[in-house]
Amino acid sequence: MRSRVLTIVLLAPAVLASLVFVYLFIAWTFYASLTSWNSVRPLNGILPDFPLVGFANYQTLFATARFWPNDVFNTAVFTVTFIVVSVAIGLLLSILLDQRIRGEGFFRNVFLLPMALSFVVTGTIWAWIFNPNTGINQLLDPLGINALREWLLSLSPLTPLWDLLDFLRIDILRPGLTTDSRSALGAVVVAATWQMSGFVMAMLLAGLRGIPEELREAARVDGASERQIYVHVVLPQLRPVLVSVVVILGYISLKIFDLVFVMTRGGPGTATDFPSIFLFVSAFQSQLWGLAATIAIVMLVVSAIVVIPYMWSQLRSEGRA
Amino acid sequence: MLRWSRVLIYALLLLFTVFYLLPVYVVVADSFKTLREVNTTSIWQPPHGIDFGAWASALTPPLVGSGGIGPGLVNSVIMTVPAVVVSSVWGSLNGYLLSKWRFRGADLVFAFLLFGMFIPYQAILIPLVQFLEKLHLYGTLAGLSLTHILYGIPITTLIFRNYYSSIPTELVEAATVDGAGIIGVYARVILPLSIPGFVVVGIWQFTSIWNEFLFGVTLTSDPSVQPVTVALQNLAGSFAALYNVQMAGAIMTAIPTLLAFIFLGRYFIRGLLAGSLKG
Repeated sequence: MRSRVLTIVLLAPAVLASLVFVYLFIAWTFYASLTSWNSVRPLNGILPDFPLVGFANYQTLFATARFWPNDVFNTAVFTVTFIVVSVAIGLLLSILLDQRIRGEGFFRNVFLLPMALSFVVTGTIWAWIFNPNTGINQLLDPLGINALREWLLSLSPLTPLWDLLDFLRIDILRPGLTTDSRSALGAVVVAATWQMSGFVMAMLLAGLRGIPEELREAARVDGASERQIYVHVVLPQLRPVLVSVVVILGYISLKIFDLVFVMTRGGPGTATDFPSIFLFVSAFQSQLWGLAATIAIVMLVVSAIVVIPYMWSQLRSEGRA
Repeated sequence: MLRWSRVLIYALLLLFTVFYLLPVYVVVADSFKTLREVNTTSIWQPPHGIDFGAWASALTPPLVGSGGIGPGLVNSVIMTVPAVVVSSVWGSLNGYLLSKWRFRGADLVFAFLLFGMFIPYQAILIPLVQFLEKLHLYGTLAGLSLTHILYGIPITTLIFRNYYSSIPTELVEAATVDGAGIIGVYARVILPLSIPGFVVVGIWQFTSIWNEFLFGVTLTSDPSVQPVTVALQNLAGSFAALYNVQMAGAIMTAIPTLLAFIFLGRYFIRGLLAGSLKG
């Protein structure tokens, strides 16, 4: 009985810290988003002492072309492309490494190395690689890639495809790269994929190693080919890990800030602008705190839609185990 | 048939190795270039020799007031070390209580703590700025360190809770029979078994805090207290066209976490996997 009390006392600091710095701070941000606190005047009390204006900031935000549709569009395109490409590469790498490879440790470390870096470091390097004057064009032009690129872009049956990629801002065949609004978002996706696909590989490889060999053995005895075993036995077993991976990558991409900030600052124009950058500029440069709080709440709600069902199912399945 | 598929596997792996290592080559090779080479060579050409001029410029630029990551490196150490230590110890205590002294609602408390890991920090950033200003901690390394401690609790608690659930509860029970209380069991039984847990959590926290940018750029305004990631970003402003200086800055920013990855890679991966709840 005494130990019960002591347990709670010892846990209390963490619970209190969480209550204040997570839950109350979120409530505070929400309150700020309902006020007209869009000036440099510092706050006097604990809460923003500005008149409440209801959801006016939300109306303003969604009437601002930079946010709606632009930032929402960029976030959607980035999130989907980043997840699809990272999962595809991570899955391929994990299956390749699962084939009893010589030097597996070496390859694994190479693919994981970017995970040890800051997005700021990654952004600095990739900004130069995707600089149209000094970067990847210089490397590939002597190999004839420019001619190939022009030829591909001129093929009339493929025009709808290029139009679509241009529209999605991920057409990295465009030689302007980070300076062309048709390709800039694609450049950021490549850098983000370089950083995170190793993580996907590590997660999936751990998942693959967790599948009992008997399952594959049984399928082999039944006469299944190696390819069939992967499609029908292995991949279904990886589903829970894949869900984790997609949720984590989604969480990262919905709040992406540092990488874009360093690589493109949201440009050219607003071609790679994201809610996080708009928020940063609104709050710390334009002093539009109410508007910034509104962006924060929208970001939180979107993340929560992805994360809460996931957290819930993880905790429940843990309880059952 | 079988041999060909082996060749294909290795070919693909090597292709991806090139993709992953090309930026590494660029950053290392270009950091050794002189000003002259920056103007005459592309970023892909190897340097003529090993020249540390760009490293020196990145650390302490020749022009006064033009930034440099030297102070940033020092600041990052001052900010990161206490944050790693405190958040790890705190997480260890929480994880121990939540897995070994379970009470009704323990899982609810855990979920309550865990939620903080899954929010975009933008959602707490504005009140955090106000809070730190009120305490006169805005724009100080202490404020940054405190921030990293507070928002590190969920992940450190999570990893330690998972880690301790693999320690047999009988050990705890045996010690309680011998008369040890909560703190006694922690000190005598749990802590001595916690070294691998502390390594995993420590590396995870060290890497995330060292590499962090959002808090760094919003909670400080004066270059003299900015962490190295912010200093590196500023370097791109003051040395806009000098890729050798920027690359040298990038390497030096990355070295501490890279060393952790190279020498403690196994624990690094474990932390990576543990960060996704299931461990």
